[in-house]
Amino acid sequence: MNNSFSFTKPLLETPFHERTYEACYNNDWYRWAGYKIAREYSNTELEYTAMRNTAGVLDITPMHKYDIKGADAIKFVDKLVTRNVTEIKSGQVMYIIWCNEDGNVIDDGTVFCFDSNHLRIFCAERNLNWFSDTAIGFDVEVEDVSDTIAALAFQGPLSCKILNLLNVKNIENLKPFYFDDFDLNGCKVTISRTGFSGDLGYEIWCKNEDAISVWDSLFKFNRDYKVLPAGMNALEMVRVEAGFIQPNADFMSAEQALRPNRMRNPFELGMGWLVDLNKNYFTGKKNLVDLKKKTLTKKLVGLDIQGDKPAIGSVLYDKNKKEIGIVTAGMWSPSLKSNIAFGYVDKDHMKIGSKVFAEIYHPEELEYKKIWAECSVVKKQFFNPPRRHKVPAEI
Amino acid sequence: MPKTKYDVAIVGGGHNGLTTACYLAKAGLKVAVIERHSYVGGAAVSRELHPGWTYSNCSYVCSLLRPEIFRDLELSKYGLQIIPYEGSATMLDDGRFYAHYSDHDLNYRSIAQFSKKDAEAYERFGKDVMRQCKIIKPLLKMTPPDPTSFRPKDIMGLLDFAKYFAAKDELGGLGEKEIYDTIRFWTMSVRDYLEEYFESDVVKAHLAGSAIIGTALGPYSPGSAYVLLHHYMGEVDGTVGAWGYSRGGMGSITKAMAASLKANGGDIIAGSPVTKILIKNNRSHGVVLENGDEIFADKLVSNLDVKRTFLKVVEKKELPDDFYNAVKNFKIRGSSGKLNIALDDLPIWKSIPEGDPAGTGDLHITQSIEEMEGAYDDWKDGRWSQFPYVDMCIPSINDPTMAPQGKHYMSVFVQYVPYNLADGGWTEEKRLEFGKHVMSRIGSYSENFNDIIKHAEIRTPKELEKEVGLTEGNIFQGELTMDQLMFNRPIPGYAQYKTPIKNLYMCGSSTHPGGGVMGAPGANAAREILIDLKKQFNSHYI
Repeated sequence: MNNSFSFTKPLLETPFHERTYEACYNNDWYRWAGYKIAREYSNTELEYTAMRNTAGVLDITPMHKYDIKGADAIKFVDKLVTRNVTEIKSGQVMYIIWCNEDGNVIDDGTVFCFDSNHLRIFCAERNLNWFSDTAIGFDVEVEDVSDTIAALAFQGPLSCKILNLLNVKNIENLKPFYFDDFDLNGCKVTISRTGFSGDLGYEIWCKNEDAISVWDSLFKFNRDYKVLPAGMNALEMVRVEAGFIQPNADFMSAEQALRPNRMRNPFELGMGWLVDLNKNYFTGKKNLVDLKKKTLTKKLVGLDIQGDKPAIGSVLYDKNKKEIGIVTAGMWSPSLKSNIAFGYVDKDHMKIGSKVFAEIYHPEELEYKKIWAECSVVKKQFFNPPRRHKVPAEI
Repeated sequence: MPKTKYDVAIVGGGHNGLTTACYLAKAGLKVAVIERHSYVGGAAVSRELHPGWTYSNCSYVCSLLRPEIFRDLELSKYGLQIIPYEGSATMLDDGRFYAHYSDHDLNYRSIAQFSKKDAEAYERFGKDVMRQCKIIKPLLKMTPPDPTSFRPKDIMGLLDFAKYFAAKDELGGLGEKEIYDTIRFWTMSVRDYLEEYFESDVVKAHLAGSAIIGTALGPYSPGSAYVLLHHYMGEVDGTVGAWGYSRGGMGSITKAMAASLKANGGDIIAGSPVTKILIKNNRSHGVVLENGDEIFADKLVSNLDVKRTFLKVVEKKELPDDFYNAVKNFKIRGSSGKLNIALDDLPIWKSIPEGDPAGTGDLHITQSIEEMEGAYDDWKDGRWSQFPYVDMCIPSINDPTMAPQGKHYMSVFVQYVPYNLADGGWTEEKRLEFGKHVMSRIGSYSENFNDIIKHAEIRTPKELEKEVGLTEGNIFQGELTMDQLMFNRPIPGYAQYKTPIKNLYMCGSSTHPGGGVMGAPGANAAREILIDLKKQFNSHYI
C-alpha cells in the first residue's frame, strides 16, 4: 500500500491492496471514494455465486467512517437522522438515512453504538461538512476516521461457519444488526452482522496493519469451502436482489444533485418506515411533516418484468404508452430466475400489483431488439432467505 | 383417510407431477399429489443413504429445468438454488485429460492443445447447436399439434409452427438451408454429426457423451444427435447448454416444488401407492390405494410413465386395443446404471490437477467414439459394458451441503447397463460385481480413489425401476427417438397430454418434450387441463 501523494497516481490503495491486486486477474478497477477497488476479479458470475453459495469477501475499506464522541453523541445523531435512535444500546447497529432541511435524502448508512458517548457512522459518501455543521451546539466531536480502519464484508451462507472454524468465539449468537469485538487469527477485530447482500453475512473492521492477516484467514478453509474475493459487479447484483438502494445510482444525494428536481425525499424512495415524525426535532422534520400529508407524485418500486432481458436504463410507460417513469437498476436474478428492477413510477402505479410496461432495448448480434415488457410492481426486497435472520446462525 | 373430493389428483410425485399440481393449485383448484414413497421427488431426490452424506441418487445435475417454471412456482422462496459449474473433462489412458471450460479463451486454448482446427471448429459447432436450441426452445412449451387432425386448434398450432420457422426477428429468418440442417440434426447419428466438425478423437468422444446418456442408442445410431441436443437445450442464467448443481442435491428442486404446492393449498398424500385408476363409462373418477382406500377426483393425471400407467394401473378392458398395443410397443429400454459414493477425501486424479475448474464439473472416462460404440455392443449382447462410458461428478466440491467438511460425494452415471442380462437375470452378486467393475475403472485413473471409498450405492436398471418406478429403469420415461418425439410422444394421436380415458391425463416425461428434470411436460399438461376447465393459465411460461 503506497498512498503518498503523487500526481501520476490519483487513486489510493487500501490496506488489502497487496492481496486484491494479486487476485484481480482482470485488472479491472473501480473508483470508490478515491480508492482502487476491484470491479471484477476474474468472473462476476462466480463471485456472485460465492456470495449466495459459500461466501464472498469484499474490500469495503473506502466506506466513510465518522466517529461521534461526547456526552451528546446520541442526541446529535438523533437530530441528524430521520429515525429515532435515542434507544440505541451498546453493541447495536441501526440503519439510518439523513435529509437536508427540505426533507430530501443526502445519504444512508449505519450507526454503531459503542457506548452512549461514542457512536460511529458508516456511509458511502463524504459527509464531514454536513455532520460538523449539524454538530454545532452539541457536546460532540465529529472525526473522520476513514483511513484508520480497514474493512471487509464477508457475505454468504457459510460466513458464520467459516468464522466459527477460525475460532471466532460465539459468533453464531451475534444477532443481525449487532456487533462486538472478537479475536480473528490473533488480530483484535470488530465484527458486525451487517452487509449489503441480503443474506447471512458479516462486516469485519480491523486496524490497517492487521488487514493482510484478516484477509488471509478468511480463505484458510478454501480446500473445503471455496471462498472468493468478490468485486463491485457482484456486489451490485446482490444488493439489487436484496432491495438496497444506493445514492447516486437510484437517487441523487441532495448534497450533490445539480438539478433540484433530481432530489428525492424518503417517501419517494419507499423509506417512509425510517421516518419518525413523532420524535424530537430533526433536520428536515418540518418539511417531511408537510410532505407526508401530500400525495406522492413518484415512488421507487420493485419491478418483476416479463421475459429475461434486463431492463437496464428502460423508460416505463402505462398501458396507454404514456411515459410514467424510469428504471434505475435492472438485472436478471440468478437466484430468483427472474427479471428484476428498481424503477420510479407515477402516482397511479405505486400500489403492489400495478401493471406498467418497460421498453427494453436488447442487443442481439449488432442489432437492438425492442421489447415491450409488462412489469408488475412488487416489493423491492426480492431475496430474503430465512438463514439471513436465523439466531444462532448456521454453522 | 378424509373423504375429500379433489378437482384434480396427480398420481406420482415426481418433478413433473409436482409441476402440474403447482400450476393447477395456483389456478385455484383443489389438488392432491398421491405418492408411493414417504417422500416426493421421483428421480429428483436427495437422500441420506450414508450418515452425513446427501446423495442425488438418481438425476444429479441441473440445466433443463425451465427458468419460467422456477420463476412461476417461486422456487427460490422455497429454498432452491442452482450453482453453475465451470468445466468438464475427459480423462485419457495416456495420462492426459481433455477439458472444456466456461471461460471462452481458456476453452479455446484447452482444445487447441489437441487440435487448433478443432478449437476453431468448436466455435462453429457451438453456434450451430445454439441455433438448433433456439429453434427447439419454443417447441418445448408447445402442446404438439396433431398433423393428421383438422381441428382448428391443431391447424392453428401447425400454422404457428410454420410461422415461427419463417419468423424474421426471432431467429433471423430461417431459410431452406437451416430447415434442412434441423431435419438432418434430428435424424442423424452423433458420430456423423461430429465428423462434420472435428478431427480429434477425444474432442468427438467428449462431445458424444451427451448423445448416449440414458439412451439405448450408440453414437453410430441414427437419432443419437438429437439426444445431444436434448442435453444442450437447457441453460443456466442465459448460458445455453450450461449445467449446474442444485444446492442440497436434486431433491431440493422437488422439495421446493412441494413447499410451493402446499403454500398454494395443495395436498401431498405420501406413502400411498396407487394400485388402480377407477374408471366408469370410459371416465376416470378416482384411484384405489394399496391399503384399499379410495381417493376421488374429477380429473386424474398420471406422472407415471406411459407403460406403467396403462399396463399396471389402468385395467386393459378399459383401453382400445390399438392404443394398448402401441403402449406395449413403446420403447423404454433400460441402459444406465448409477453409483453414489461417499468419499473420505477428494480424489486425486492422475491427470487433472486439484483446483482445476475442469475437475469440478462432469468428468468422463472414454477414449473415443469407437470405444463408446463398443460399450453399446456389449449392451446389445446383454452384458454391462466392459469399457463403460462413465459420467461422474463431485457435487460436494461446489455444494457445501452435500458432505461433511473435507469429505466428498461422488455421483457416477454408467452407460451401458442392460435391464436383462444375457447370462441369466440380475443377482445380488452380479450387482456388486458390476459396481466393482465400475469402481476399478475409476480407480485406474486416480491415485487414491480405492482407499477413500466409505460407502457406495450401486444401482442397475432394476434398482432404478424398483425405487423410482421407471419401467426398465429408463431415465427419460421412454427413448428420445424421432418415432417417439413431438406429436408421436408417447403414442401417435395421444400427444396432447390426453388419453383414451376421459378425465385422465398424462404429465410425465413419457410425454412431449420428454425426459430430464425440465418440468415442461408437467407445465404443458397443466395448461391443457386448465384449457379444458376454461381457466386461466397464468405463467411466464407462454
